[in-house]
Amino acid sequence: MADAPYQENIHLHDPQSYWTKYVFSQDHKVIAIQYTITAISVGLVALVLSGLMRLQLGFPGILDFIDPGSYYQYVTMHGMIMIVYLLTALLLGGFGNYLIPLMVGARDMVFPFVNMLSYWVYLISVLVLMASFFVPGGPTGAGWTLYPPQAILPGTPGAEGGGIVLMLVSLVIFIIAFTMGGLNYVTTVLQARTWGMTMMRMPLTVWGIFTATIMALLAFPALFVGCVMLLLDRVVGSSFFMPAVSSMGQQLDHDGGSPVLFQHLFWFFGHPEVYIVALPAFGIISDLISTHARKNIFGYRVMVWAIVAIAVISFIVWAHHMYYSGMNLYLGFFFAITTLIIAIPTAIKVYNWVLTLWRGNIHLTVPMLFCLAFILTFVVGGLTGLFLGNVSVDVPLGDTYFVVAHFHMVMGVAPILAIFGGIYHWFPKASGRMLNDTLGKVHFWVTFLGTYMIYFPMHYLGFVGVPRRYYNFENYEFIPPSAQELQAFTTVVALIVGVFQLLFIFNLVWSLFKGKRADSNPWRATTLEWQTPDTPPVHGNWGPKLPVVYRWAYDYSVPGADQDFLPQTLAPVVATASNEQARAEGDKA
Amino acid sequence: MSTMSDAGPKPLAVARGATARPGMNTQRAMKAMQTGRGGDSGWGGNDGEPLGGLPMPMAKVGLLVFMGVVTVLFSIIVSTYVARMGFADWDPLPEPRLLWLNTAVLTLSSLGMQWAWVAADRGQRGGVQIGLLAGGICASAFLAGQLWAWQQLSALGYFVARNPANSFFYLITAVHGLHLLGGLVAWGRTTGKLWRGVDVSLSVQLCAWYWHFLLVVWLVLFALMLST
Repeated sequence: MADAPYQENIHLHDPQSYWTKYVFSQDHKVIAIQYTITAISVGLVALVLSGLMRLQLGFPGILDFIDPGSYYQYVTMHGMIMIVYLLTALLLGGFGNYLIPLMVGARDMVFPFVNMLSYWVYLISVLVLMASFFVPGGPTGAGWTLYPPQAILPGTPGAEGGGIVLMLVSLVIFIIAFTMGGLNYVTTVLQARTWGMTMMRMPLTVWGIFTATIMALLAFPALFVGCVMLLLDRVVGSSFFMPAVSSMGQQLDHDGGSPVLFQHLFWFFGHPEVYIVALPAFGIISDLISTHARKNIFGYRVMVWAIVAIAVISFIVWAHHMYYSGMNLYLGFFFAITTLIIAIPTAIKVYNWVLTLWRGNIHLTVPMLFCLAFILTFVVGGLTGLFLGNVSVDVPLGDTYFVVAHFHMVMGVAPILAIFGGIYHWFPKASGRMLNDTLGKVHFWVTFLGTYMIYFPMHYLGFVGVPRRYYNFENYEFIPPSAQELQAFTTVVALIVGVFQLLFIFNLVWSLFKGKRADSNPWRATTLEWQTPDTPPVHGNWGPKLPVVYRWAYDYSVPGADQDFLPQTLAPVVATASNEQARAEGDKA
Repeated sequence: MSTMSDAGPKPLAVARGATARPGMNTQRAMKAMQTGRGGDSGWGGNDGEPLGGLPMPMAKVGLLVFMGVVTVLFSIIVSTYVARMGFADWDPLPEPRLLWLNTAVLTLSSLGMQWAWVAADRGQRGGVQIGLLAGGICASAFLAGQLWAWQQLSALGYFVARNPANSFFYLITAVHGLHLLGGLVAWGRTTGKLWRGVDVSLSVQLCAWYWHFLLVVWLVLFALMLST
């Protein structure tokens, strides 16, 4: 190579003080934990907002301060925070940062300074978003899709004050932050893998995060352009998206913009975003299932190609979000077909998870419980996606609670379950202590059964025609009274589930100080992050020598082997009983 | 960690059989191990080349990925521009003739960077200095020229919000200019390194790549705006 070996650079930024070690750290592990804590914190805000919405829906008028305007603000902020600032940031910024260098055997991300910058810029975007709660008029209530013209017209909450401006600015900042992180993730996976770590030996978690990052790098520019243009429309009065429109009896200056253009830009980002969140979750689930079922992942190569196929196809399905925006029928037909096709690689993944479990030695640890719950939730959410992919089904159901149930199960609850599973799985490595098992199981059962009780009944609400986005369902003749009873039931369950998330937070904090000490490989896993000389890994990860990889990541229960897992660093000659002779020689050497 | 330390070139006896799995039988990995590269993986020096990456420096790969992202960004802007052009009320603004001059200046800037790159390859420090300075100055002149073009247009009454063609013109030039400004930051760091006597051959090459890239982007955008 022409430049200095990348490991040499590590010396240049060895942390010197408390500030550079824990705050302005360039260590990918510290950055990952910073990302995780920030994302969970802002996620708690979104959780509280959903609780407020549920209270209004279940018991209309119970809280005086919730009027239609603030209800829409809660809807908008809840959606945007959960999808972008929690899930995307946590899965790519959190899990990606922590796991990529450890799993591919690198000492750090390849551009540590840019990586650090990525976190701080992300934090700024979060603060800008949070600031919108405190400006006159409050945050925007345009819905998380921010469709113009209503997003910036008077009458929509936050349109006249700074709410919508702060939302758009925050998104632009977030995209800049993500691009800095994303460059790191992609380049690290391409260039900094250790000896023997070929692409087709990487754990599926890395494949999922790597592919999702590439997708995000391709998809976020569309949102970037959309946000900048909408910002110009709002601030300087241009007409990228704003048609000639009169508002509150007055003709506005806008003329000639195309609102549908924004929808194309938004969903060109928005649909890949679903898989940007889902692919890392797929990867995490694959690794967790294999480890906790003590069995190699079924069909590794197919799993990899399914990830790639999903990534490619997901860029040509976006307009299925726009069936009722006025679309050419044949175009709708095209997007319906691609939407159904993307179910094939996704179904392959589900089959392979189930086949991995088949006759596995299943340990019902907390991470495994979350994996099983993920499969059950994801399958239901995915199947309703097949319904909605068809134009003729989407038109009647698209604006009802059926869709709310669909997307919450498939891209809300399912990725969150994968995140929980991942945190229970990797917490011992990151902290050196185990999370409390009993608290974990209570948290699991309440979360899993609770989310099912919340979202499964919503399908029925959708079938009887209860519209989504309504502030209040009283006095509508087409909605049966029983629907309101179901809403009340859902609210009670949702509040219980919400409160029990505090148990998880408590578990994290308590176990960090009082938890049982974990050894370096408590789950007896094969992947590289469990083979570090220190737990938690120190700056530079690997001690004096980089690990050398001899095998894929899934050598569990290999016939004839001494132990039921063979770490990726184990040389092949000592792997099997048929090579006792060679092994003896190897030991002597 | 004994398995790590004795990672020398052992015979890979078990390529098939119990541990043979799809995904592990990769000739490159075996070759790498058999040539003994796996043995000495220290912190620096002999440890330089992780297996399997593209045969080029990290920074170059990072820049390529970044240019990929920027390409997507400009493609999306161009797509929206073309989509908007189709509307009946599209009212293009007259491109100031100054833009031709700016284009020439940006081309000169790119040539300067190329000069610096070639000089760096030949180890001619003076050439690198001249090329870098010429490239930087021309790039700054281009940005100033773009601002001047904005001023000419607004003096003629073509404000941002007057119609979508104007808005697009300002947006496109601004986004392109900001990317060049970012390039000038890298250029400033490179120039600083050059004066401190640090080896800059890689930085100069990356700057040249990025300058050529932005020149091509500008030519595409300019052609698009001229054609309407």
